Amino acid sequence: MKNANITNIRPDFALITNWVRAKTKVLDLGCGDGTLLTHLHETLDTTGYGVEKDDVNWLAALKNGVDVIQMNLEDGLSGFEDQSFDTVILSQTLQAMHNTETIVEEMLRVGREAIVTFPNFGYWRNRLQIATGNMPVSKTLPYQWYDTPNVHLCTIHDFDQFCINHHIQVIERKVITDGEDVHVLPNLMGNLAMYRLKTAGN
Amino acid sequence: MSESNSVGIVKAQVAHFNKPLTLQSGAVLPQYHLAYETYGELNASKTNAVLICHALSGNHHVAGRYAEDDKYPGWWDNLIGPGRPLDTNKFFVIGLNNLGGCHGSSGPSSVDPLTDRPYSATFPVVTVEDWVESQARLLDYLGIEQLAAVIGGSLGGMQALQWNIAFPERVRHAFVIASAPNLTAQNMAFNEVARQAIITDPEFYDGDYYNHGTVPRRGLRIARMLGHITYLSDDVMGEKFGRKLRHGELKYGFDVEFEMESYLRYQGDKFAGEFDANTYLRMTRALDYFDPAKAYAGDLSQALRKATAKFIVISFTTDWRFSPSRSREIVQALLDNALPVKYAEVTSAHGHDAFLMPDPHYHDIMRAYLEQVKV
Repeated sequence: MKNANITNIRPDFALITNWVRAKTKVLDLGCGDGTLLTHLHETLDTTGYGVEKDDVNWLAALKNGVDVIQMNLEDGLSGFEDQSFDTVILSQTLQAMHNTETIVEEMLRVGREAIVTFPNFGYWRNRLQIATGNMPVSKTLPYQWYDTPNVHLCTIHDFDQFCINHHIQVIERKVITDGEDVHVLPNLMGNLAMYRLKTAGN
Repeated sequence: MSESNSVGIVKAQVAHFNKPLTLQSGAVLPQYHLAYETYGELNASKTNAVLICHALSGNHHVAGRYAEDDKYPGWWDNLIGPGRPLDTNKFFVIGLNNLGGCHGSSGPSSVDPLTDRPYSATFPVVTVEDWVESQARLLDYLGIEQLAAVIGGSLGGMQALQWNIAFPERVRHAFVIASAPNLTAQNMAFNEVARQAIITDPEFYDGDYYNHGTVPRRGLRIARMLGHITYLSDDVMGEKFGRKLRHGELKYGFDVEFEMESYLRYQGDKFAGEFDANTYLRMTRALDYFDPAKAYAGDLSQALRKATAKFIVISFTTDWRFSPSRSREIVQALLDNALPVKYAEVTSAHGHDAFLMPDPHYHDIMRAYLEQVKV
């Protein structure tokens, strides 16, 4: 596998690493070129698979030595057995999913734990742009309104409520801005939300 | 004709086996021979061998040409050669003609040494399991303990799968391309029509046409025409032929009116002139019979539980004869066994034929994977 340079890794990837236990089995949904899986394998000796729809990313993941399955997450995770992974990861993809509820349910069916990260639409800079009359464009939301793949943007409050409504237990939540932890007014001050989830009652 | 990156001029070889082979049907072949070709050099530690398993009408002539002026190279030439995705500078590639074939291995049209006459209809029905058994013996003959990779498309993919069931310890990587864990009823139905076309040809003589000086050409021709329809997608047929007329105007008769008819007749005639009808019957039966999950109450995961190889499964979006959903069943069984597997669903307009085409993305996948295979 390629050497993933820890200093160059996305801040949310570094934090996800803290939520994954060594030698466990991981499924990374929308794995891109496989950077996160490669990093987890090298630092924690994890095993597992990536799922990627895009041809270019799929091939890049293969070249990085990742076991990558080409499929569309909108169709769910059929083919993966119940509770067959320790952790299922969906990093910064939730907001681009049409079948949001299905994918979160599927993640918790297939995995004992799920890690979901998404750009917080409630971040003050987004609110400011809305207040001045424009759709937000930023580092975490780098698209124009007409070319964005993001169809289900939400705030931290929204996602907290989503978890309550869907009987999902939040094991841990972390909010960051430019790689720094945010503790005060997270829904206003944080631009990236990270959740560690499991099915409530399990 | 000299081509860059070609394996160049090749020569077929024949391996003779005197150890009887008991087939799945219970029949015994007391002796048999297998035609094969190799490309590249076997390394000193014999760890760089790649076996290519052929599909319905394939054979051991996988790459290169027998003579400079051969019209066509081997059937998977675009994949194999120095610098090609399956690089013969790195790998020692083996192609063989399966038992029951008609291109040099023991089969219905070859001479039975016990009678000095063609085996004819007496040549037994052979299965994917039988082929893999005989392929393993060819490896023994070549002194190869373990394959770096076994590669097959369609019926060849079934053999690649079977290698991991019968001889898991002898395979490091398996390529299962445009294949399926068994045939659907619809898929078998096409085979049955093809066989009926052959069997009901008056020149078939219950398979003994060699001794009647005839060839069931009409049956074989129709069988092949039918096959070709199922190997192409509706889109690609539309693109290639559409409703184009052969003569620019309707002739109000039953000769070739549309370009598509001309194509099918050409393919049918060409095939009927070079393929053996008894072999065709047996190849389609091998397809029908393959069903490794059957012994495990339909559970393919159980059938593959002893597999240890790393897998790559590839399907093509417009392939309706071996559709992506069938490949996903294989992937699921491999995932159930926590085996290393990569799965690609290649966008292609070419239907089942796509697995033989040099699509850039498909070949990038093959090249990238094979570069990672250690020898």
